[in-house]
Amino acid sequence: MKLPVTMTINGQSYSHEVEPRLLLVHHIRETVGLTGTHVGCDTSQCGACTILMNGQAVKACTLFAVQADGAQITTIEGMAKNGELHPIQQGFWEKHGLQCGFCTPGMIMAAAQMLERYPRPTEEQIRHQLEGNLCRCTGYHNIVKAIQWAAEHMAAGK
Amino acid sequence: MATASVERLIGKSIKRREDPRFITGRGSYVDDIKLPGATWAAFVRSPHAHARIRSIDTAAARKHPGVVAVYTGQDMTGVNSLPCGWDLRKEKNIPGVVQDLAMVPHMPLTADVARHVGDPVAVVIADSQAAAADAAEKVKVDWEVLTAVTSTERAAAGDAPQLHAGAPGNVAFRWEIGDGVATDAAFKSAPVTVKRRIVNQRLVANAMEPRACAARFDPATGELTLWVTSQNPHVHRLLMCAFVLGIPEHKVRVISPDVGGGFGSKIFLYNEEVVCSWASRQLQRPVRWTATRREAYLTDAHGRDHVTDAEIALSREGKILGLRVKTTANLGAYLSTFAPAVPTFLYGTLLNGVYAIGAIHCQVTGVFSNTTAVDAYRGAGRPEACYVLERIVEAGARALGMDVAELRKRNFIPKFADGFQTLVAVAYDSGDYGVALDKLLGMFDYKGFRAEQAAARQQGRLLGIGFSTYIEACSIAPSKVVGALGAGAGLYESGKVRVHPTGMVTVYTGSHSHGQGHETTFAQLVADELGLPVEQVEVVHGDTGAIPFGMGTYGSRSASVGGTALHMSVGKIKEKGKKIAAHLLEASPSDIEYVNGQFQVKGFPSKAVPFGAVSLTAYVPHNYPEGLEPGLEETSFYDPSNFCFPFGAHACVVEVDRETGQVKILKYLAVDDVGNVINPMIVDGMVHGGIAQGVGQALWEGAVYDDASGQLVTGSLMDYAVPKADMLPMYETERTVTPTPVNPLGVKGAGETGTIAATPAVVNAVVDALAPLGVDHIETMPLTAERVWTIMQTAKAAT
Repeated sequence: MKLPVTMTINGQSYSHEVEPRLLLVHHIRETVGLTGTHVGCDTSQCGACTILMNGQAVKACTLFAVQADGAQITTIEGMAKNGELHPIQQGFWEKHGLQCGFCTPGMIMAAAQMLERYPRPTEEQIRHQLEGNLCRCTGYHNIVKAIQWAAEHMAAGK
Repeated sequence: MATASVERLIGKSIKRREDPRFITGRGSYVDDIKLPGATWAAFVRSPHAHARIRSIDTAAARKHPGVVAVYTGQDMTGVNSLPCGWDLRKEKNIPGVVQDLAMVPHMPLTADVARHVGDPVAVVIADSQAAAADAAEKVKVDWEVLTAVTSTERAAAGDAPQLHAGAPGNVAFRWEIGDGVATDAAFKSAPVTVKRRIVNQRLVANAMEPRACAARFDPATGELTLWVTSQNPHVHRLLMCAFVLGIPEHKVRVISPDVGGGFGSKIFLYNEEVVCSWASRQLQRPVRWTATRREAYLTDAHGRDHVTDAEIALSREGKILGLRVKTTANLGAYLSTFAPAVPTFLYGTLLNGVYAIGAIHCQVTGVFSNTTAVDAYRGAGRPEACYVLERIVEAGARALGMDVAELRKRNFIPKFADGFQTLVAVAYDSGDYGVALDKLLGMFDYKGFRAEQAAARQQGRLLGIGFSTYIEACSIAPSKVVGALGAGAGLYESGKVRVHPTGMVTVYTGSHSHGQGHETTFAQLVADELGLPVEQVEVVHGDTGAIPFGMGTYGSRSASVGGTALHMSVGKIKEKGKKIAAHLLEASPSDIEYVNGQFQVKGFPSKAVPFGAVSLTAYVPHNYPEGLEPGLEETSFYDPSNFCFPFGAHACVVEVDRETGQVKILKYLAVDDVGNVINPMIVDGMVHGGIAQGVGQALWEGAVYDDASGQLVTGSLMDYAVPKADMLPMYETERTVTPTPVNPLGVKGAGETGTIAATPAVVNAVVDALAPLGVDHIETMPLTAERVWTIMQTAKAAT
């Protein structure tokens, strides 16, 4: 049995028929073909699959695709606008907030919602808010700096 | 035509050139690659730690919709064991061998006995990943469950169940290094000796990207392309072709595209990529597999797992007179690719540390157990050596009532620039160990801290500081040396520099980046040496179809070995360019120099030919030197003459919560000396990540087996504590710079220093914090709140 599902991803509408058990992250990666959203675990710990769904940062491995029917979704591919990097992306580049790059899309999406909640977060807030995203390369030092950089530049841009 | 002096690029923190694709979601990892007509493999794995296969019934799985094939070990005829690339045998004259290595078989799909939970026994291949997984559930294995042993200490006990017919008593090898007689004598006459049990627990690498592979056999050409998460694609290809599948190496192309971290775990040849490659040839269709995290825990090579009894002999003045080490190393159920090297030549050879020691003797027994195979994990042997030494040195200082920094200072090997012969075979390249500690002690007020600590203790607060002054061997490795020690491979690296007609440059390296930033660092190196803008240089790696044979990335070897190969090729490009330029300038080649991106008559910048003009001439050789080949492309293979030995000093300040046992890191300080630095930003990043992994081992991480059932209790990210952002501090890092004389770049290696140094610094700090409770040693990591709380309660009960 397949069910119809329609969602808007990065401003574009996608309609498919999918198995009800298909996870949203696999729908995004396999059906839609946006592979920037990664799968790093099977227990919703690593956060590599973090996306924005209706403005909320969610782990796309914790939802079925059919649960996202009608949703507005932003993935890492939708963060840069008109060829211009989002300040969070820029911050990760400027501050060397990534090494292997695998956790990075999830980190950036988690940071996007964090900075909505806390436009000028303290270091402690940043670390606490990243509790659901694992990185094995950076030791988080430069991820914290990258988000601080983004916060400063986003504040200056407003 | 004079050009402005070109800015040097080496030593600059250039932003990474690979980042734009990663931060926009356009990286290309193995699981991202789409292959038309691909099938998916799902592995049927042993749920038991030790069990004999009576029979396997695949009928129901074969009937499952979408299933293309089901194979068991018996179907894989003509396929050989996964090879172990390091041989420890007396007949090979390998030094230190006490008992020969038992070369036990490791079949891609085991057909007789499963020896650890997760051991693959069958594979289902289907049109979709879901169908393969569903059908794998329908494979029925009739198991005869056997008794299992997982404990390192019990694996070689007389009553332990036997894993392999070829390894009686589960002993894989016995090995020693150093001088037993001299060490015994040193201990006999020493006024102070301290003996400690020191356990280095088993770890899981946990690269964020799970292992994956995709094999595509092309029946039209007979070529097999394997995309695989590998730190060393050429090594993967060689081992798979020559040892396991017996297929022609030149008909196989291995591509390691973007790889999401390795930390050692992606060096080795694994069952799954062999099975997928074999099956793709059988089915003449692409076959792919991506590990779940659960599979990663069960099958990625684990790290560490040593139980050690260490003894130090000291004079009353704190001079280290002797060191005696007896280690049991758990190798798991099978011999992983480089497993025997890790607890021997990468471990015993580092026990001299940064100290002048009277005598050293180390004995190691490698044992098999019903656990996942153990091999190199970030640091590989060196963290284990550093941990033993730095813990026993602080235990010695406590026994003497001497300050831990002072005891170290009294024993440092004095500064040297070209070689120090240790008591454990290796000769260090260059070192200035006291300066690193002095610099560290200059980063904070150590005396002030001790006063603060004393005051805090008065209030009942538990503050502690721990140090680690480490040595590490990297730039792996001189081929002749490792060959004499049992390696089946040479450990040089290749580097090709291709100058295009327009003067653009493509660099091909046999080394592989899975986070290290080669595309930046190597471009920086080559652009700097050629005096070109960095944008003019591209770096290609990770594709055996594009690059000369290379050995890959591990052992902090990329810049020192791979970088030197590129440096040599740049030198050849310059030499050839001088001949072309001399011809154009009507001068002698010996009168030409290369300065600021142009070939010029020595001392005459106005009599010059720019790099681009020489490049074009090389490919349009109308006006060209007689007898000189057209083209401008050079390849070099660099084989280092020695290892390089980075060093440094780390310190950690902690507070332990008296009520809960929770350890909080208040400060983490690091001084590392990795020789010359090409990109400081990248080096700092690697140091940060290394420290995080070292702290992780000290405080939270540990692979735990239930010894009764042999189940891996910590088999997911819910159970195995990979450190999170809110568990770690900011790190204060500094450097000293002692260039190595081993290679012309003076670079040593930076990838593993943090991991090596951090673990003992943190544990030493906790021991120091608990001193007021009468604690003078902690045997086992990780120092979770529960463990520390238990230690505190035990100490209280004892007083």
